[in-house]
Amino acid sequence: MAEHEMIGTSRQSRIMAHFLLVIGVIVVAFPIWYVFVASTHPLQQILRPPLPLLPGAEGPSNYARALSGDIGRIGGVGVDRLLLNTAVVAFGIAVGKIVISMASAYAIVFFRFPLRMVCFWMIFITLMLPVEVRILPTYKVMVDLHLIDTYAGLILPLVASATGTLLFRQFFMTIPNELMEAARVDGAGPWRFFKDILLPLSATNIAALFVILFIYGWTQYLWPLLVTNSNSMNTIVIALRKMISFADADTPWDLVMVTCVLAILPPILVVVLMQRWFVKGLVETEK
Amino acid sequence: MAEISLRDVRKSYSGLEVIHGVDLEIADGEFVVIVGPSGCGKSTLLRMVAGLEEITAGEIAIGGRVVNRLEPRERDIAMVFQNYALYPHMTVRENMAYGLRIAKLSKAEIEERVARSAKMLELGQLLDRKPRQLSGGQRQRVAMGRALVRNPAAFLLDEPLSNLDAKLRVQMRLQIKELQRTVRTTSIYVTHDQVEAMTLADRLVVMNAGVAEQIATPAEIYDRPATTFVAGFIGSPAMNMLPARGLGDALEVAGQRLAVPAPAGRDLILGIRPEHLHPAGPEEPGFELHVQAVEWLGADAFAHGSLADGTDLVLRTPGKAPVRERDRLKVAPDAAALHLFDAGTGRRL
Ligand SMILES: Nc1ncnc2c1ncn2[C@@H]1O[C@H](COP(=O)(O)OP(=O)(O)OP(=O)(O)O)[C@@H](O)[C@H]1O
Ligand SMILES: [Mg+2]
Repeated sequence: MAEHEMIGTSRQSRIMAHFLLVIGVIVVAFPIWYVFVASTHPLQQILRPPLPLLPGAEGPSNYARALSGDIGRIGGVGVDRLLLNTAVVAFGIAVGKIVISMASAYAIVFFRFPLRMVCFWMIFITLMLPVEVRILPTYKVMVDLHLIDTYAGLILPLVASATGTLLFRQFFMTIPNELMEAARVDGAGPWRFFKDILLPLSATNIAALFVILFIYGWTQYLWPLLVTNSNSMNTIVIALRKMISFADADTPWDLVMVTCVLAILPPILVVVLMQRWFVKGLVETEK
Repeated sequence: MAEISLRDVRKSYSGLEVIHGVDLEIADGEFVVIVGPSGCGKSTLLRMVAGLEEITAGEIAIGGRVVNRLEPRERDIAMVFQNYALYPHMTVRENMAYGLRIAKLSKAEIEERVARSAKMLELGQLLDRKPRQLSGGQRQRVAMGRALVRNPAAFLLDEPLSNLDAKLRVQMRLQIKELQRTVRTTSIYVTHDQVEAMTLADRLVVMNAGVAEQIATPAEIYDRPATTFVAGFIGSPAMNMLPARGLGDALEVAGQRLAVPAPAGRDLILGIRPEHLHPAGPEEPGFELHVQAVEWLGADAFAHGSLADGTDLVLRTPGKAPVRERDRLKVAPDAAALHLFDAGTGRRL
């Protein structure tokens, strides 16, 4: 509360704060607005600057064309298919990472087994090996397993996550030992303790991590580029890249803009929906 | 309902022994309190009974069944933790019902047991609250309730009241005692608070550095402490300990001869509780006490002072008695209430 009183007591400083906020919003939102505006004008209009600041009349037809597969440069795959692909991949990566990292953190924090610390350090060390570093061997493995152009091939290599494991490890370590002991006395085995106690207590962490990982998965570029050949398995980011040609005249800028708008909607949706969740979780912090 | 027996129970942590062979027989329905200074191994001992710590050596049996290798849930015990360890995301009702749900009791049965325990502990209004919406005392009662609903063979309580303020602690102490009288479940209660220990226990285990120094009723512990440690630990202010020497038919202490038979030539320790000293009559042999500080508590007062040879002595007087700082007075011990210990071993003679 003290900070609130220090700042923002005087009217002047409040106006100043709002002014800066509005500037910030404009800087962030204007390009997005511009993309949206562009997605509602015909191609000729876009290629002949300046572009108007208000939406045009072509919106419905542009969106219909994009969704019905009228983009030749990506082999006539509809943007709806791209959205589906990307959603499956982003969702798969987020859920997979959360499941794997919770499971491994659970093992490391709550169980005593031989080579426990070795396992922990091995997971820790993989932090230093991002996708780019292990990309060739991973690619080879995917080819050998016939996973090129499959969802599994898109998702699996991105799932193992040291960051998630570390995050959950830190969180699990804050859970008082007595809580686990109380559950043991109550008769809960390891699985029940995980399901009944640990999982509900981790809900806000899971929500936060899900948002971050979903967006991480949604914006993946390098790996999907390598592991997909067929147009119908592209993610939306890859497809966007393919739509753009060196020559402006070859690029269906109106449909590119439509795809852009459609590409940013799901992440926004996820953030908005999940935000309510973890704000609730933050307000209700457990003692 | 069950008796609990510990036979030469030992515990080592990576080779270092912290419990050095404890023997204890607890009768069915008995309330045993383990008391001792911090780090003496009270919690460790309790947790071994609970099954939360492995037993390095020895044997623990509950209701005649050796439980050394059993999981906590197979031992039919319930535990109350110092920080209560309530499940934060569950309501009071769910907290209490959790163990029963795992035990696969019928919905109706769970409902009924929770209601009964909630009534005993006056938790009825709180059943739908989450732990964070409860005060410390209420959380403590929920923790008790969670143990109670299980209807276990034994209750194990590890300093359950130490997070409460003084007034609430007294209140809860009485409630716990009453509760245990009602349900008559064998209980082991760990505390470092001697008032709690004395008031709650049917029998008291005084522990020191991993050893059970004395196991007896509170009255016996107070009247006949087995060692200087027990004598000094139980009773407040602590018992006066004066170095003494046996003279056969008498005792030499602080330059005085007391007509107390004691083995000749032995180095001894004479224990006198502060309330067992009184102002000496004119003819009576006694100690010259130089009072340095007086703590006045209302009903009575404690005069802290020293003898001519420098030994400290505490005297308890009625609150109205005219003892003042810098007073010099002659005090004599009540001959019937003296404690003699061997100076070397600390054991009672
Ligand atoms: N996990 C452990 N590893 C090593 N030593 C331990 C462990 N747990 C307890 N100890 C040691 O065992 C001894 C007894 O500990 P314990 O917790 O039983 O003491 P306590 O009597 O309950 O003390 P307090 O009143 O402070 O709770 C202590 O010396 C402690 O350092
Ligand atoms: Mg303890």
